[in-house]
Amino acid sequence: MGRIEDTFIQLKQQNRAGLIPFITAGDPDIDTTFEIMRTLEQAGADIIELGMPFSDPAADGPTIQAASQRALDAGTSLEDVLTLVERFRSVSDVPVVLMGYYNPIYVYGMERFAARAARAGVDGLLLVDVPFEHRGEIREYLDPHAIRSITLIAPTTMDKRTQELLNQTEGFVYYVSMTGVTGTTSIDTDSIRERVSQIRELSPVPVAVGFGITTGADARQVAGFADAVVVGSALVKVIQRYSGSAELLDQVREFVKDLRRGIEQAQS
Amino acid sequence: MYTYPDAQGNFGPFGGRYVAETLMPALLELEEGYAAACADPEFAQELDYYLHNYVGRPNPLYHAERLSEHLGGAQIYLKREDLNHTGAHKVNNTVGQILLARRMGKGKVIAETGAGQHGVATATVAARFGLQCDVFMGEEDMRRQSLNVFRMKLLGAEVHPVNSGTATLKDAMNDALRYWVSNVRDTFYVIGTVAGPHPYPKMVRDFQAVIGRETKEQLQKKVGRLPDVLLACIGGGSNAMGLFYPFVNDKQVRMIGVEAAGHGIESGKHAASIGAGGIGILHGNKTFLLQSADGQIAHAHSISAGLDYPGVGPEHALLHELKRAEYVSITDAEALEGFKLLSELEGIIPALESAHAIAQVVKMAPQMDKENNIVVCLSGRGDKDMHTVADAFGVNL
Repeated sequence: MGRIEDTFIQLKQQNRAGLIPFITAGDPDIDTTFEIMRTLEQAGADIIELGMPFSDPAADGPTIQAASQRALDAGTSLEDVLTLVERFRSVSDVPVVLMGYYNPIYVYGMERFAARAARAGVDGLLLVDVPFEHRGEIREYLDPHAIRSITLIAPTTMDKRTQELLNQTEGFVYYVSMTGVTGTTSIDTDSIRERVSQIRELSPVPVAVGFGITTGADARQVAGFADAVVVGSALVKVIQRYSGSAELLDQVREFVKDLRRGIEQAQS
Repeated sequence: MYTYPDAQGNFGPFGGRYVAETLMPALLELEEGYAAACADPEFAQELDYYLHNYVGRPNPLYHAERLSEHLGGAQIYLKREDLNHTGAHKVNNTVGQILLARRMGKGKVIAETGAGQHGVATATVAARFGLQCDVFMGEEDMRRQSLNVFRMKLLGAEVHPVNSGTATLKDAMNDALRYWVSNVRDTFYVIGTVAGPHPYPKMVRDFQAVIGRETKEQLQKKVGRLPDVLLACIGGGSNAMGLFYPFVNDKQVRMIGVEAAGHGIESGKHAASIGAGGIGILHGNKTFLLQSADGQIAHAHSISAGLDYPGVGPEHALLHELKRAEYVSITDAEALEGFKLLSELEGIIPALESAHAIAQVVKMAPQMDKENNIVVCLSGRGDKDMHTVADAFGVNL
């Protein structure tokens, strides 16, 4: 059992869905990201998804692309991201899932990365461009360190493939609630409810839903049928807007608290 | 026997299918659709028909006698892809993919483009078959290749300016992938080079292999033997792969890919992914990339927009690893010299991309005997490059 599994057990006891905010590490700079992570925890985040910046984020919309670029412009390296997690882990037990693209980790060295990430206290890894077919390449190194490899399921994933993917999952499953890049359109909760329920029935692990969830009201709706709610671009926009301002952490706190209230109001 | 790629799309340690889950079903569908088309003789007939009647194939294998004489060594033959409809080799592949898109019932096509040649070739066949066409092109490239932008619009395509990253080909590919993720159900992505996720590197190679097949037959007729050397420029590497592939089991044929050295490899401003890059993952495949020590993709530079890409097709990475092909590089300045030389001696104005291969023949031919022969893939014509070349020569048009 790891921190991710413990978190979902507690959520079950509390009879509510989890809240998983996403932010990009190093946007606007690493020290601020640390403060934001602390704020997310205080405001009610159950798991934190931390984006590792990449120069060519082909699965992301303009908001996260820009955040990634700001982080790179600030000089953020993969080593910096791991050090950040290590620092956060020394003060918090909130699970951290690293999210990003394969290349920076491949170049860092998968084996070296897994050992370093485990030491830093990373709980899971979600590589957008490593589908099921290539999962073995990373699990070979993650498994010995008990770092969970998080699986994405998309609206386009066919039923047979969904089952194959679910058979190999660990930690939690991330259901991408629309066919698109991050943060471009709003969610249509009615259209995904059925699919998510079906995946939850088949899935041995909890199902988180993300893409297009922007407000407390959205979170409330999705929390009614998912095990966790992921909010990325909408939060990154708040960070972008108040970056450099004294209000930044307060704004982040208010935004995340609103999501958390939405989730608590949901009937599960 | 050379049997790459394997069933998963791996070219040895390279290639693969590194994409978001949303796209995986589309790639599996494409793989199936392509396999079914390959097994259908009617598809081959249809493709032949359009290659002959629409593209204008076979194009000549031209003995460049004055250039050969001037260099005083090997006999030089030019495979005249510049004489194809739309003026470059790109159309060989777009005809194939558009027929496949139609067969698979897709009503819309999208494409990325660097120099604009692939965009034009896609817009052309989309017009011919009445499919909606959206092309993604970096803003920097749109400026360099404004003529091709106008051509695409004239052909009814919508051109989407891409201003993220370096605003060149790699960013256009990112945006095309993003658009595809959002519209994957009814859209066919026509990738223009032998890169991207499986099955693209294999499929584009197969469609371009007509270059090498014709070359083999034509040279056999002319001189009764195989070429000694094959030369082609490499951005992603589709014209080179098309020329090389039918010769890959003919071990006595040297295959040489010419990357863009830009301002010189040591300047750091170049596009020589094999010559000066490292292994990594970008745009769905594992291959040689220009990148930082931290795995961030670096800016490529070349005077020719079509070579200005920080990666290379995975099969070239494999041929390099197997030492079956050699990879060299040519600077902007050398390419411009080649451009001038071919124009002046043969009355053929090459694309700046192809001028890199010409510059390499200038280096090599004098070292070889008159009985030897070199086939250079003249991948495109130079009309599109007039502004760039005039700029480089300090001429105000």
